[in-house]
Amino acid sequence: MPGQKFGPAWFPGLIAVGLAICGALLIGSGMRQRRPWLAAPEWIRSPRARSGIGALLGGLVFYVLAADALGFHITAIVLLAVWIRLLGASWRVTLCVAVLATLVIHLSFYKLLRVPLPWGLLERWAF
Amino acid sequence: MSGVLAQAFWLVFDPYVLWVIFASAIFGLFVGAVPGLTATMATALLVPVTFFMPPVPAIASIVTATAMAIFAGDIPSCLLRMPGTPASAAYTDEAYALTKKGQGELALGAGLWFSILGGLFGTAVLIAAAPSLAEIALKFSSFEYFWLVVLGLASAVFLAIGNPLKGVVSLLLGLLIASQGLDNPAGFPRFTFGIAELAGGLTLIPIMIGMFAVSEILRSVSRIDQPWEMAQTKIGNVLHGMWGLTLRYPWQLLRGSAVGTAIGALPGAGADIAAWMSYAISKRFSKEPDKFGTGHIEGIIEAGASNNSALAGAWIPALVFGIPGDSITAIVIGVLYIKGLNPGPTIFMNNAPAIYAVFLVFILANLLMLPFGIAAIKAAKQMLRAPREVLLPVIVLFCIVGSFAINNSLFGVVLMLAFGVVGYFMEENGFPIAPAILGMVLGAMLEENFISSMIKADGRVLAFFERPIAGALGLLTIAVLTVPVLRRLLRS
Repeated sequence: MPGQKFGPAWFPGLIAVGLAICGALLIGSGMRQRRPWLAAPEWIRSPRARSGIGALLGGLVFYVLAADALGFHITAIVLLAVWIRLLGASWRVTLCVAVLATLVIHLSFYKLLRVPLPWGLLERWAF
Repeated sequence: MSGVLAQAFWLVFDPYVLWVIFASAIFGLFVGAVPGLTATMATALLVPVTFFMPPVPAIASIVTATAMAIFAGDIPSCLLRMPGTPASAAYTDEAYALTKKGQGELALGAGLWFSILGGLFGTAVLIAAAPSLAEIALKFSSFEYFWLVVLGLASAVFLAIGNPLKGVVSLLLGLLIASQGLDNPAGFPRFTFGIAELAGGLTLIPIMIGMFAVSEILRSVSRIDQPWEMAQTKIGNVLHGMWGLTLRYPWQLLRGSAVGTAIGALPGAGADIAAWMSYAISKRFSKEPDKFGTGHIEGIIEAGASNNSALAGAWIPALVFGIPGDSITAIVIGVLYIKGLNPGPTIFMNNAPAIYAVFLVFILANLLMLPFGIAAIKAAKQMLRAPREVLLPVIVLFCIVGSFAINNSLFGVVLMLAFGVVGYFMEENGFPIAPAILGMVLGAMLEENFISSMIKADGRVLAFFERPIAGALGLLTIAVLTVPVLRRLLRS
C-alpha cells in the first residue's frame, strides 16, 4: 500500500521467508538421514483400516457435495451406515445406530439449538 | 468484593448450570477414558454446543469436561496399557506395571486422588495470580504485548516434544493461516482468491475440530485392528491408602503441582508436557530411581498431580493476556470472545462476577471429581467395551454438524476435512499441532501489536526495549530463542 512502510504484505512476507529457511534446513537434515522420501504407513496393509480411512475421507467429500441436494437426514443415515458397516459391525447394529444417531442430532441440533440443517429431498415432510 | 462473590455464587449454583456441569462431567469422563479421544477433542466438540449457551454454563462445561477427561485418561493406562489422553502417556507403563503386580486399585486411586489435589493446587494459583497479574498488565502497551506474544510463541516451539525446527514450521503455518482474510491492521484482503467465503478470514472452530478431532479419528481408524486387551484386576475401595501416600510423598505432590501449573501457564505447553516433565523430575530426584518403570507409585503421584494442575495454570495467561496456555485454552479464548467475555486485564473489572464464577466452577469440578471419578473407575470395564466401529462414525457425524453450526455453512465442513487431513499428516511426520493452533490464535495479535509499535516508534527497533517491562521481556525472549541454539552449537 502506498505511503505505508509496514503494509499488509509485510507480515506474510516475513512468514514466507521463515518457511523457506525452515524448509531448506529440513531438506538438508532429511538428505543426511538417507531415508526414503515417501513411506507407506503401516495401516495400509490392513484391509479394514484401509477401507475405513477411504470411506471416511470419501464420505466427508460426499457430504459436502450432496448434503444440500439430498438433505442432512438422508446423507447422514447413508454415511453412518457405510462407515459403521465397513468398520465391522453387524447389519442390525449398523442400521439401528445410523437411524438413532441421526435422530438424536436432529432433536438436539435442529430442534433444540435451531441449527438450520438442510432438508433437501425431504423438504415437503420437514418436521 | 463479597458482592461480586455472591453474584458469582448465584451464577454457578443455578439449576441449569449445575445440570450442564453434571452432563459435561460424564461426557469428559467418557472421552478421557476411551483411548484415541482426547481432552482437547472434548473441548472442540463442546464448542458448537456451548455456542448456544449463556457465558457461565458455556465455560463451566469446558472446565468440567477437561478436568474429568485428564483424570479419566489414567484409567485405560492402568487397564489397557494405553493412555486415555496424551496427558497420561508419561506414566502409562508405570501404571500398567502396577496393575500387573496386582496393585491396579492403588494406581487408579492415586490417579484420582492426586488429580484432585493437583487440580485444586492449580486452581488456587489461578485465583491468586490472575487478578494481581491483571493489575500489572493494565499498564502494558503494544510493546509489552508484542514481546509477550513472541515469548509465548517461542516457548510453544521449544517446549514441544521432538524436533524444534518442525515446531517452527508448524508455528509459521499457523501464523500464515491467521494472516488470511480482512482482519489485519490495514484491513486489506489477503489470500482471498476472490472467493467470498475466504474474505472474512477462516473460522477457527472448524479448523480445530478438524485438527483435534478428525485427525485423531483417522488415527484411531488406522489402528482399528489392534485389539484392546483388558488386564484382569480386582477393584475395591480405590481411596484406600491414599492418605498414607499423601503423607509419604508430600514434596512430590507439591513439586508436581507447582511444575504443572507453571508449564500450563507457559503458552503452548499443556497437561501432556507437564506430565512428561514431572515424571522425569520425579525420577531424577527420587531416593529410589531404579524402581521407576517397575510399578512404583512415586512418579504417578507427581505426574498425575502435574497434568491436572496444568489445566488451571493454562487459564492464567488466557484470561489476563488473551494468550492461551495450552491447546484447550486456545479454543476457549475463541469461546470467550463469542460470549463477550473478551480476555485481557480489564476482564476482572468488566466481567468480575462471570470470572469468579469460572473460578468457582474450577473448585467445584475438582471436588466433583471424587464421586464421579469413583463411579467412573467402577464403570471403567463397561466404558472401555464401547465398540469403536460404532463410536468413531458417530463422532464424525457430530464433527460435521458442529463445523456446520458455527456459521451455518458447508464451508465449515470443507475446512474441517482439509485441516483434519493436514493435522493427521503433521502428527504422523513429527510436526506438533499445538504451535500451529497457537499461531492461528495469536497471529492477529502479533501483527497488530508489531505494526502499531512500529508506527509509534517510527520504525526505530530500539524503541522495543526502551520501556522497562518491555525491555526485560524482550531480553528474555531473545535468551529463550538463542540459548538452546547456542547450546546445541557448543555441544557439536
